Amino acid sequence: MSLEAPDTPETDAVTEHDPEELAALLGDLVVGRDDHLNAPGFVIRPDTVQETLSILKEQAGYDHLSVVSAQEYENRYESIYHLKKFDDPTQEVSVVVPADKDSPVSESAEPVFRTADWHEREAYDLIGIEYDDHPDLRRILLPETWQGHPLSMDYDKDQPQIASLPSHVNPIQEHHMDDESDTMFLNIGPHHPATHGVLHLKTVLDGEQVVDVESDIGYLHRCEEQMAQNGTYRHQIMPYPDRWDYISAGLLNEWAYARAAEDLADIEVPEYAQVIRTMGAEMCRIAAHMLALATFALDVNGDFTATFMYAINDRERVQNLLEDLTGQRLMFNYFRLGGVVWDLPEPREEFFSKTRDFLDQLPGSVEEYHNLITSNEIFQMRTIDTGILPPEVAKDYGATGPVARGSGVDYDLRRDDPYGYYDELDWDVITEDGCDNYSRLLVRMQEVEESAKIIGQCIDLLEDWPEEERNIQANVPRTLKPDDDTEIYRAVEAAKGELGIYMRADGTDKPARFKIRSPCFSNLQTLPEMANGEYIPDVIAALGSLDIVLGEVDR
Amino acid sequence: MSSDQPFITDESRVVTETRDARMTGQGDRFNSRLREAFGSSPFILTKFDKFLNWCRGSSMFMLQFGIACCSIEMMHTYAVKHDLDRFGSGVPRASPRQADVMIVPGTIVSKFAPRMKRVYDQMPEPKFVVGMGSCTISGGPFQEGYNVIKGAEEVIPIDIHVPGCPPRPEALVYGVVKLQERVANGEAAPVTVKPYELEQFSDLEKDELVEKLTDQIDEDELVMRYNFADSP
Repeated sequence: MSLEAPDTPETDAVTEHDPEELAALLGDLVVGRDDHLNAPGFVIRPDTVQETLSILKEQAGYDHLSVVSAQEYENRYESIYHLKKFDDPTQEVSVVVPADKDSPVSESAEPVFRTADWHEREAYDLIGIEYDDHPDLRRILLPETWQGHPLSMDYDKDQPQIASLPSHVNPIQEHHMDDESDTMFLNIGPHHPATHGVLHLKTVLDGEQVVDVESDIGYLHRCEEQMAQNGTYRHQIMPYPDRWDYISAGLLNEWAYARAAEDLADIEVPEYAQVIRTMGAEMCRIAAHMLALATFALDVNGDFTATFMYAINDRERVQNLLEDLTGQRLMFNYFRLGGVVWDLPEPREEFFSKTRDFLDQLPGSVEEYHNLITSNEIFQMRTIDTGILPPEVAKDYGATGPVARGSGVDYDLRRDDPYGYYDELDWDVITEDGCDNYSRLLVRMQEVEESAKIIGQCIDLLEDWPEEERNIQANVPRTLKPDDDTEIYRAVEAAKGELGIYMRADGTDKPARFKIRSPCFSNLQTLPEMANGEYIPDVIAALGSLDIVLGEVDR
Repeated sequence: MSSDQPFITDESRVVTETRDARMTGQGDRFNSRLREAFGSSPFILTKFDKFLNWCRGSSMFMLQFGIACCSIEMMHTYAVKHDLDRFGSGVPRASPRQADVMIVPGTIVSKFAPRMKRVYDQMPEPKFVVGMGSCTISGGPFQEGYNVIKGAEEVIPIDIHVPGCPPRPEALVYGVVKLQERVANGEAAPVTVKPYELEQFSDLEKDELVEKLTDQIDEDELVMRYNFADSP
């Protein structure tokens, strides 16, 4: 491994806990064991969630609640809290909380991990588990007037539903939070150019300052989890990940599913395919970050400006390469379980030289962006010291990816939980300590250069790869049926952060539960922390720097 | 008209002559180039309509409206390389009140359909809609979803469907140019009754579901009622 040694001494000092130690630490709280493929699982009573999680957080250092995945069984409901450490994400533990079938009530984890707020609301919305002590248990993805919980067992898909349009009341009506303040309510979205899709922000203003901002999501909730649960592991699920984070990050998303399913079904991927995957994924990351840059410049600088056009131009270049590789511009469907669908395009030399041309002109483009925006005084005034997200807050909300790294949280699954070919290559994890909108942008721009470094090394490797060893796919059975009741949570570093998949197999060729841990979902949750007390333009800048994709937030 | 000539009082003669000249195509002053372009129909209103349609088709203001994956390809269509502006239709307007054409780029779900209908209603007449991608045709890959509207046409009328998941920018350009042709020819989507309409809650039929929601929704609030069992 040629990565630089981590310069923070405490990374080395992360103590490992074996399952027995953790069981001893939790003592009587543990009522059973339900181990997952990725982590030991402790079953606890539904009224001891806060106690258990705070022991694990305070005493064992599990400070990252990746996701809460909920599901219904024949005889019970179950919420699983997937915990990790920011310093070493390979140390995982699952806390399994069964709830009663007739009245599924479980204690909320929100007082321990802020991020549990939205995750539990989603579990309530889709599965129907109620969380005691939750600050605001409402539906989050579906309209508030929806009947039934769609991923529960007795849901009737054909029943009529009514969705209301409450925002047809005056969008700038007077609104008084209390007797003294004279505040105004302002709707931003769901159709608004600055919300990057269909996000609805309910903001309360005091003068020009934001008192409160609440994101209303679910305008693009297109049942991705249900779709995956209806598909077979082998072929039918793979097209969907492309459509979660649709900003050209297709291969990164596909990798999340591929990694989880390959570990679930115990498939070994040939090394050659891993190199192709790594190269393709990094091309996607460049494309995704270019759009993030383009739209951020659009939000902060104004209408369709030069930066937007330049960045789109660079995206077109990457997309041409990806099209050569996969045959598609946006929805690649290129990965298969056990490898990739086909080898590099022939003639290979042409593909290599095209890719090298792109890599050669990239530093010039990045330089140009620095001239255009990051060194622009007006841009700096808008972004430096606005949208502050301190590292502790970012961790508490489970923020990952460039958002966390812009707050100085040194967390990148490509390095910390290596997969693919990343640990054989020479590249760096970028962090910035500014914690503001500017830092998040800088992280993305530098990551583009790191990705270019990775692609360059992959190209060199692929060029010299002996012809008889170009094995693009492992031998995978036509029908995959992982063992009954095996569960796994696996994550990869997507363009926006930790993209994880939780899957439970039930012995058939389709997953019984498929849960997507979307980085944008957790990242968007931090918006009030950044925006409250700031001005309206800063909200827009903060939202732009979060770089959310609504397809991934709502799934 | 010189003052020594008497004012022509026989109006019928003038009218007849003019009309005859128009119908038979006699008289040079009616055989202008404009006339050649517009044909020999005698009604000036028709020609004016045609002229207006031509104007409309040649300069369309698009609504800047992003929903899902297709909006990424839509942005690429507006931006460099594909540059929809070459065809006189590439100016995205952020406000529906300034837009002629709405490209619906993505999956419509239950929560968003009333909002989309609202945005469509806010656009001034005449307005046209391009449905981009499979989701706006049938729900596309998400058709089975419990929350997905089976095509944008359930909610608003669509003039042109561009298939694909997502359609390539070239395909969208083709769709937009086709729409321009249709607009220039004065064609528009047929007026049909949509399965899903925005209605006042008090106007809904008082069935079990409505009874159940009476304490949650205001009487004069606008709602959209979905009958998923009847969807294709």
